[in-house]
Amino acid sequence: MKAFFSLLILLFPPLLLSADWLNFRGPQGNGGTSITSITQLAIDSKHSWKSELPGRGLSSPILVSGQIFLTSSSGPKQDTLHILCFLQENGNLIWERKFKATGRTICHEKTCIAAPTMVSDGKVVVAQFSSNDIFCLDLKGDLVWLRGLTHDFPNAANGLGMSSSPVISKGVLIAQVENDADSFTTGINLNNGETIWKNERPKGANWTSPVLLGLGPTQKVALQSLKGISIINPSTGEEFWDYQDGASTIPSSTPVQDILLVPSNGLTALKSLPDGNSHTQLWQDNKLGPGTGSPVISGDRILVINKANVLTCAKVETGEILWRMRIKGPASGSPVATISHLYFFNEDGLGQIIKLTDKEGEIVSTIELEETILCTPALAETALFIRSDKHLWKISQN
Amino acid sequence: MTNKFLHLSCLFLFLFELHSKSSPTSRKLIQPLINIQSQGEGNKEAIESWSEISQLPASAIPDLLNAMNLANNLGDNWIRAALNKICEKNIKSIPIKEIIKFVNNVSNQGDARQMAFQIIQTYKPQRADKLIPTFIDDPAPVLRREAVEMILKQARKADLESEKIKLFSKALQKAREVDQIQEASNQLKETGQKINLTRLMGFLINWRTIGPFDNSGRKGFSALYSPEKERDFNAQHDGMDGTISWKKFSTEDELGMLDLNKQYGEIKEVCAYAQTTFNSKSEQLAHFRIGSKNAWKMWVNGKLLFARDEYHRGITRIDQFVIEGILQKGTNRVLLKICQNEQTQSWTKQWEFNLRITDPSGTAIHSSNSVSK
Repeated sequence: MKAFFSLLILLFPPLLLSADWLNFRGPQGNGGTSITSITQLAIDSKHSWKSELPGRGLSSPILVSGQIFLTSSSGPKQDTLHILCFLQENGNLIWERKFKATGRTICHEKTCIAAPTMVSDGKVVVAQFSSNDIFCLDLKGDLVWLRGLTHDFPNAANGLGMSSSPVISKGVLIAQVENDADSFTTGINLNNGETIWKNERPKGANWTSPVLLGLGPTQKVALQSLKGISIINPSTGEEFWDYQDGASTIPSSTPVQDILLVPSNGLTALKSLPDGNSHTQLWQDNKLGPGTGSPVISGDRILVINKANVLTCAKVETGEILWRMRIKGPASGSPVATISHLYFFNEDGLGQIIKLTDKEGEIVSTIELEETILCTPALAETALFIRSDKHLWKISQN
Repeated sequence: MTNKFLHLSCLFLFLFELHSKSSPTSRKLIQPLINIQSQGEGNKEAIESWSEISQLPASAIPDLLNAMNLANNLGDNWIRAALNKICEKNIKSIPIKEIIKFVNNVSNQGDARQMAFQIIQTYKPQRADKLIPTFIDDPAPVLRREAVEMILKQARKADLESEKIKLFSKALQKAREVDQIQEASNQLKETGQKINLTRLMGFLINWRTIGPFDNSGRKGFSALYSPEKERDFNAQHDGMDGTISWKKFSTEDELGMLDLNKQYGEIKEVCAYAQTTFNSKSEQLAHFRIGSKNAWKMWVNGKLLFARDEYHRGITRIDQFVIEGILQKGTNRVLLKICQNEQTQSWTKQWEFNLRITDPSGTAIHSSNSVSK
């Protein structure tokens, strides 16, 4: 069976990758997926399971070739860094690697050192931690390379903890290490861990993650900070265009093809122009400002949960608000969505599955995990994956 | 490759040979992991060696542990990965006796000994349990912690108050990490015991301060004000409100917190300097453990040890930053610059710091003078 699966990967990699969830907020980095719907999810369904996790963690699971990759941190100083690999089918732990933090591990008690979500190109997985330690491993758990960015730059740290999840574009890992004291973003060669470029960035605590804009050879990376947005070339770090009207430092931007929805003055839609070096502002609406979680895309709709736990649905192209509804908060993680449903877990571990139409949203089912949930789920064809400090769940269809 | 790097490599090789009875093959293979440097330097060579390193037999485990003695923290993680891999593949042939010997040899680095101990914990947990009590006076805080935790567990379970007091007292005497010290101390205080945490932990409580200096636009952090150049406590300086001089300032807070708002009022966009002298009986390696939620700089004997330009990201903690430095024999001058920014929220009011000095094991070093002169 294993050999057959390996053969499938070799023969049809794009087919299999389409079911993968390779980074924070999924394939497009916007929480959305092309899956039509996943309904009838139940923690007691035949294919659901729950596995124990060590220490603490609020990074999200990523899904690669039938496996789940996840980080945790443990120890009295949270300086033991865990990278874990589970089998999607049954939740069995395949391997675990432990490293020692080389950067700072003091942080706010609500967060932890395993806050950033891992990223993969389908061949390797990369884990970044709040200590700014970065580990690249192959899918079997063999170390490919490592970096210690706070070891290299001792003032690259945030007293409250860091949470930016890296992205991979064109063979380059882009890691945002932005803080008050030594703020930078760096491009690291995915093959060998060498620094390709390093850009100084605005000083200020920043918990947002970079996102990818577009596909293929013209793909760009959007970096968000308190000053606004910088669109850069992932290969060189050079800037194509910027937006300087400020942006949030907690919820991240949401990309949809060549449109970037930025948490700025509420929510601002920026469209990259065909020349690649400029942009136009499509709309801006201060009623669409997100709370802690980032906005999510479902088809041609944008969904935003604000600080008052109101979910708002609007059109991506125009910003026209279609409907609003109240959900049960408080919210820390971001929601994810299929074409027809939105999936959101509040801090109390209550999962709310909301059916989406252009006219309204309706809570069609709930899931009680009874543990604190601060992370963003990952979606597969027939299941949802989510973690607390202590557990990783697969919640499958009945 | 720079000449400096070549020299370091030769030195590493020499030390490695001294420390290890390793085979030349494994030594050659492991060397790139010892050579890892900052900013990805050496990653390429490590990657090239990795497939062979991960195939090394279990007999190479002591070599790898010895290599950890010589590696920096990045190389340490490479070696951890190799050890994990080799142990997983060779469970039955892990040389436990040799690894225990490595743990018991306190001349080995604390992190390397902890890694060795973790191997024993994973593959021979009962042997590990027997080792724990022997760590009670260990110079490596990570191992000492295990033994203190064992005593704390016994103390938590003790029924008789006299037994509780005895065990918590022992834990307090042996503990070097803040959370363990505080637990034992709090428990003993509840039974009416008097604890001098200030002395036990070695907080520096007697200072002289001078200020305020301008920090508008947060520019004061980088500004070179005259106390950074003039050592004399009797000198006058130009502050933001006129001529100022050093004034005595001390605290009775048992955790050594010095609240600069008490000295200058709750003012914003300012910085102040705090200075003390510390008499050391010998030249020694020391840990300068500072806590502050404000931006700060620390000099010891005129040398800048570290600077942190960050305001109000969390609370002021004990041992928030642990900076390695040298205490010279005799009088040492410790100078701090503590900056307050422009934020007006209630949680940005604090303008404060604490400082203690310990040896690398976390044991407080006391000055033979406790008052600034």
